[in-house]
Amino acid sequence: MAEIAIRNVTKTYGKTTIMEGVNLDIHDGEFVVILGPSGCGKSTLLRLIAGLEEITAGEIAIGGEIVNKLEPRERGCAMVFQNYALYPHMTVAENIGYALKVAGVPKAERLARVAETAKSVGLGDFLDRKPGQLSGGQRQRVAMARAIIRSPKVFLFDEPLSNLDAKLRVQMRHEIRRIHNQIKATSVFVTHDQHEGMTLADRLVVMNKGTIEQVGTPAEIYDRPASLYVAGFIGSPAMNFLPGQYDAARRAVVLEGGAVIGMPADHQAVDGQLVQLGIRPEHVSLRAPGQGMIDARLEIVEDLGAARLWNLKIEDIPFSLITEARPHIDTGTMTGIALDLRQAHLFDGVSGKRIDARTATVAARAVPAE
Amino acid sequence: MIERTPILNIVTHVILIFGLILILVPIWLAFVGATLTLQEVNSAPIELWPGDQLFVNLREAWAISDFGQKFINTLIVATGVVLGKITLACITAFALVFFNFRGRMLIFWMIFITLMLPLEVRIVPTYAVAANALTPFQTIMDWTGISWLINAVSGVEVSLEWNLLNSYTGLILPLVATATGTFLYRQFFLTIPDELVEAARMDGAGPLRFLWDVLIPLSKTNIAALATIMFVYAWNQYLWPLLVVTDRANYGMVVVQLSDLVPDQLTTGGGTPTWHLAMAATLVVMLPPILIVILMQRWFVRGLINTDK
Repeated sequence: MAEIAIRNVTKTYGKTTIMEGVNLDIHDGEFVVILGPSGCGKSTLLRLIAGLEEITAGEIAIGGEIVNKLEPRERGCAMVFQNYALYPHMTVAENIGYALKVAGVPKAERLARVAETAKSVGLGDFLDRKPGQLSGGQRQRVAMARAIIRSPKVFLFDEPLSNLDAKLRVQMRHEIRRIHNQIKATSVFVTHDQHEGMTLADRLVVMNKGTIEQVGTPAEIYDRPASLYVAGFIGSPAMNFLPGQYDAARRAVVLEGGAVIGMPADHQAVDGQLVQLGIRPEHVSLRAPGQGMIDARLEIVEDLGAARLWNLKIEDIPFSLITEARPHIDTGTMTGIALDLRQAHLFDGVSGKRIDARTATVAARAVPAE
Repeated sequence: MIERTPILNIVTHVILIFGLILILVPIWLAFVGATLTLQEVNSAPIELWPGDQLFVNLREAWAISDFGQKFINTLIVATGVVLGKITLACITAFALVFFNFRGRMLIFWMIFITLMLPLEVRIVPTYAVAANALTPFQTIMDWTGISWLINAVSGVEVSLEWNLLNSYTGLILPLVATATGTFLYRQFFLTIPDELVEAARMDGAGPLRFLWDVLIPLSKTNIAALATIMFVYAWNQYLWPLLVVTDRANYGMVVVQLSDLVPDQLTTGGGTPTWHLAMAATLVVMLPPILIVILMQRWFVRGLINTDK
C-alpha cells in the first residue's frame, strides 16, 4: 500500500514562501496529475514528496509512514526527470541497472532484470548504446526503465514529456498510461500541459501560486471549475468571461454593456453582486446580427481543420467561439452570438470563487420574494 | 566561426611560424651542443650542425651527475605530486560544489587567493613548516594553553616535531595544494546538471558513490589535463628541492642536478666550460615531460576546452 498523505505542507526559501498549507491525499495505485503554470510550485511539491527538498513545515506520509526525515532512497520513490538525467558515460544497461548496483543486487540477477525491463519499454536492442547515441524518445524510455526496474511504491514524473515533439509526446503519454495500468504503482505526474493532465489523470490537481485550487477527476474539473483561475486554465481555447452584475429579481446577469443574460437557474448570489459569467467557446453559436443575445465584432477567424475558431470582441472584451460550420462573415463586421446558458458558469467578480445554482428548495423559497 | 580571409590566413601563419622558430631554435642549439666535443662547442663562430659525439656526451653527463637515482627520485616526486594534486583538488572541488555549508564561498575565495601566493613567495614559512610539520599545532597548543595544561598535569613538556627535510614527503606535500586544480574541477563540476545529482540520489547513491561512479568517470579528460600540467610542473621544480634537500645523493632531483652541470666560475674553476655535457643532460631531463605531453595530448586538449560532447 502506498497512499501519499500531504498535510499542511509549507515550503519557504529564506523569506520567500513557495507553498503554504498544502493538503492532498493520493490513494494507492492512483494516477494523479498536478497541473499548473510554471512557478506555481508543482515541481516543488513533487520534489518534497521525493525528498530532494526539505519540508519547512507540515508532514508527508507515504504508505502511512511519515517520511519527512527520510533520504530519497529510503522513501521507495522513483523519479523520471524532465531532461532524463541519464548518466552520460554509462550504457543503457548500466543506466537502467545503476540503482540495483548501488543496492548491491548480484550481477546475474541484475542483468536479467535489466534485460527484462528494457524489453518491456522496447529498448531490448539498445542495451550497449550510450545515451548520446539515442533519440529523445529512446532516452525517455531509458529514464522510464530506470524508474520501473526498482519496482517503486511511488512513481514521480517531473514534466517528462516536455522535451519531446508533439507526435512522440502523445505516443509516450499512452506508453506511460499503459505501464501504469500494468504495474499499478501510485503515480504523481507534474505538467503544465493540460492535454497531458486531462488524458492521463485519474484525478487532477490544479495548482496556482503555491496553493491547490481544485482537486477532482478531469471531467469534474472541466465541467465544474471551482474558481475563475481553474476555469481559465483548463480548456483550450480558454473559457470566455463576461463581467457583470447579478440581478436577483430577474435571475439574470446584467453585462457591463447593458445586455441582460437571463440564467436558467437561480444562483447563490446577492442582488448587485459583481460576477463573471464564464462560457466555453464550444458552448456559443453564431447568429445573424441582432438575432443573438449579444452582438460582437469579428476580429480574426482561424481555421483549425475540424472546426473554425472565431475571435470576436464584445465592446473591448475578447471573446472566442468554435463552430463546425464555416459560414462566411467579413472580419470587422458585427455578428450576433447565442450562449448555451445551461453550460454557463458564474464566478464571484472579486474572489473568483464559483457561484453555484441554488438547490431546488432554496430556489423555491426565493420565489415568493419575487 | 569559419570565414574566408586569405590575407589574415597568411598573417596568422607568419606569426605561428615565427613563434615556432622562436621555440625550436634554442632546442636545436641544445641538441647541436650535445653532439659536439669540448673543443667544438667552445669554438667561434657557433656550430649549427650536429657532430657525432651525442652518445659519448650522454654517457659522460649521466655518469657525472648520477642521473639514475635522480631520475627515480624525480619520477617518485612528480608522480606523488600529480596523484596528490588530483585527489586533493577533486575532493575539495566536490565539497565546494555539491555541499551547502556555511562559509562555502569564503573558503573558495581563500583557496582562489592562494593562486597569487605561489611557493616561491611563501618559501621561508613553508620551509619552516617543512622543518617541523607540527609547528602550527604546537603554536595552537601553546596559545590555547593546552601545552601548559598537559605540562601541569603530567609534567611532560609538549614539544611536537616532525621533520620533513630530506624526504619524499617533504618534497611532495608543499607542492600538492593547488588552487589551479581545484578551480579546474570546480568549473567542470558546475556544468553537471542538478538533475543528474538528483537522479543519483533517487537511485540511492550516497555522495561518495556519486563521486566515484559518476563524477570521476565524467571528469576523465579534466584529470588527464591536470595530470599533464602538474607532472611537467613538478618535474621542473628547482627552488623547493634545492632548499629542502641537503642529502643530494639520496633525494636529489634532476633539475637541480642539471643546474650543477651548467658551467660557471665555481664548477669549472676557470677551465673550459663543459657546455656539451650540460646540453646532453638537458636533452635527457627534457625527455619525460615531452613524452607525457605527447602521450596525453589528445585528452589534455579535450580536458581544457571542456566541451560536453
